[in-house]
Amino acid sequence: MGDANTTISVRDLHKSFGTNDVLRGVDLDLDRGKSLVVIGGSGTGKSVLAKCILGLVRADQGSIEINGRDIARQTESDRRYMTGLSGMLFQGAALFDSLPVWENIAFRLIYSQRKSRSAAREKAADCLSQVGLAPEIGDLFPSELSGGMQKRVGLARAIAADPQILFFDEPTTGLDPIMADVINNLILERVKALGATAISITHDMASARKIADEIAMLYQGRIIWRGRPEEIENSNNPMVEQFVHGRAEGPIKMALRRR
Amino acid sequence: MNIFAGIGRTTMASLRETGQIANFARRGAFSWVSGPFYWRAFFNSLWRIGFASLPVVGLTAIFTGAALALNIYDGSLRFNAETFLPQILGVSIVRELGPVLAALMVAGRCSSAMAAEIGTMRVTEQIDAMSTLAVEPFKYLIAPRILATTLALPVLVLIADIIGVYGGYLVSVYALDFSGPIYVRNIAEFLENRDVISGLIKAAVFGFLIATMGCYYGYHSRGGAQGVGAATRTAVVAAAVVVLASNYFMTSLLVEF
Ligand SMILES: Nc1ncnc2c1ncn2[C@@H]1O[C@H](COP(=O)(O)OP(=O)(O)OP(=O)(O)O)[C@@H](O)[C@H]1O
Ligand SMILES: [Mg+2]
Repeated sequence: MGDANTTISVRDLHKSFGTNDVLRGVDLDLDRGKSLVVIGGSGTGKSVLAKCILGLVRADQGSIEINGRDIARQTESDRRYMTGLSGMLFQGAALFDSLPVWENIAFRLIYSQRKSRSAAREKAADCLSQVGLAPEIGDLFPSELSGGMQKRVGLARAIAADPQILFFDEPTTGLDPIMADVINNLILERVKALGATAISITHDMASARKIADEIAMLYQGRIIWRGRPEEIENSNNPMVEQFVHGRAEGPIKMALRRR
Repeated sequence: MNIFAGIGRTTMASLRETGQIANFARRGAFSWVSGPFYWRAFFNSLWRIGFASLPVVGLTAIFTGAALALNIYDGSLRFNAETFLPQILGVSIVRELGPVLAALMVAGRCSSAMAAEIGTMRVTEQIDAMSTLAVEPFKYLIAPRILATTLALPVLVLIADIIGVYGGYLVSVYALDFSGPIYVRNIAEFLENRDVISGLIKAAVFGFLIATMGCYYGYHSRGGAQGVGAATRTAVVAAAVVVLASNYFMTSLLVEF
C-alpha cells in the first residue's frame, strides 16, 4: 500500500452515472516523480478517473490517497488540498473564453496566488514560449485560436504554477507530429526536471511510449494491464494487443450496428 | 396513477429546490468573507449590471410615468380629485412601480445573461477548470454578481424614480396644463423619506433575488446549448416571479413601518 514515496494511491474506485457503471473498482498507485499513461477505448472512463482523483467528480465508493491523505469524501478542505498541488489539461482545453490567452495562463497566479498582474503576465509569456507559441498570442482570445493552439494554451495554463501533480487529458490530440513531440518533451521535462508526478491520458501510442514510465490500460472499469512501455508489445494480453495495434477484430467489441 | 402522489412529489421537489436555492444564495453572498474578494470581477459586474441597464430602466420609467399621469388624471377626474395627481403619481412610482419595473427589466437583461454565461462555462468545463486552478467559482463568479446586483439595483431604482416622476411632469405640464413648480412642490412636500426608502429596500432584495436566480440556474446547467437555453429561460421566469411575489410580501411588511 501507500509507502512514503507514493503520491497517488487509488483503491477500489467505483463511479456510476445512473445505470452506466463507468469505474468498477480501479486500483492505481503512482510514485512521486513518475509518469503514468492511461490508455483505453473511447468512453471507458479515463477522463472520469482523472476527474475523480482531482475532486471534480465524487466517487461512489473507494479511496483516493494523495500523499497519504484520503480525499475521496471531497470535503471543502480535501478539495482545496488537491487543487493546491495539481494542475490539469482538459480534453476540450476548457479555456476561459471571456479572458485573453495570457490571463488564462496566469489565472492561478493572479487569482489564487495573488501575484501582480505584470509579474503574472511575464510568467504567462514564458509559458507560452514553452508550448511553442509567440508572446503576441497572449493578447488574443481563445475563440481566435486553432484547436491545437487552444490545447497548447491549456497545457501552458496547467503548468504555469509548477504544480506537483499533473493531469494531461489527451495532450497531443489535434497536434501535428512535430508539435506533438515538442509537447512530449515538455511533459518529460516537467516530470524529470521538476520532479512532478504526471498522469496522462492518450490514444497516441507514440506519445505514450515516449512520456510513460509506465502504461496502464483501462477496460470495463478496471485497470487490466500495467507495465513499462517496452513491455507493451509483448504484453500477452489480447485486449492490450488489440488496442496497441489498432485492430477492429479482437476481444474488445465496439458497439457498432452492422447491416 | 395517483393524482395525490403526483401533487405530493411535485411539492416535495419544489420545496427541495427552494432549499437548494436558499443554500446557494447564502453560499454566494457570504463566500467572499473568508477572502479573497475579487474586486475586478465585482466592478466588471457592477458596470454591466448597473451602468449598462440605465438606458432600458430610464426608458421604462419615463413612459410609465407619462402613462400613469394620464391614467391618474382620467380616474381622479371622476371625483374631482385631479389636483392630487402629483402626489398619487409620486407615491405609486417610488413605492411600487419604480422598484418593480426596474427589477423586471434587470431580471430580463441580467439574470438571463448570468445564466447563459455561467451555464456556458459549466457545460464547457470552464467551472471545473477554475476549481483546478485553486480559484473557487463561488468567489470568482457568484459572489461578485450577487453583490453587484444587490448594490446596483437601489441606485437604478432611485434614478428610475426621478425619471418616472419627470415623465409624469412632462405629461402633466404639457398635456394636462398643470403648473410645473406646483407639481414639483406637491410631490416634494407629500413624499416622505419612508416612501422612498421602502422602495430602495425592496430594490436591494430584488437585486439579490435576480442575481441568485441567474447564477443558480446557470451554475446547475446540464448538457449543451439546449441545457444552457433551458437554464436561461428558467432563470428569467423564476427571477420575474420571485420579484413579483416577494414584492407583495415586502409591501405588506413595509406599509406598516
Ligand atoms: N457528467 C457525466 N454525466 C453522465 N455520464 C458521464 C459524465 N461524464 C462521463 N460520463 C460517461 O462516462 C463514460 C466515460 O466517459 P469519459 O469521458 O471518462 O470517457 P473517456 O475514457 O475519457 O473517453 P475518450 O477517450 O473518448 O475521451 C461515458 O460513457 C460517458 O457517457
Ligand atoms: Mg476523455
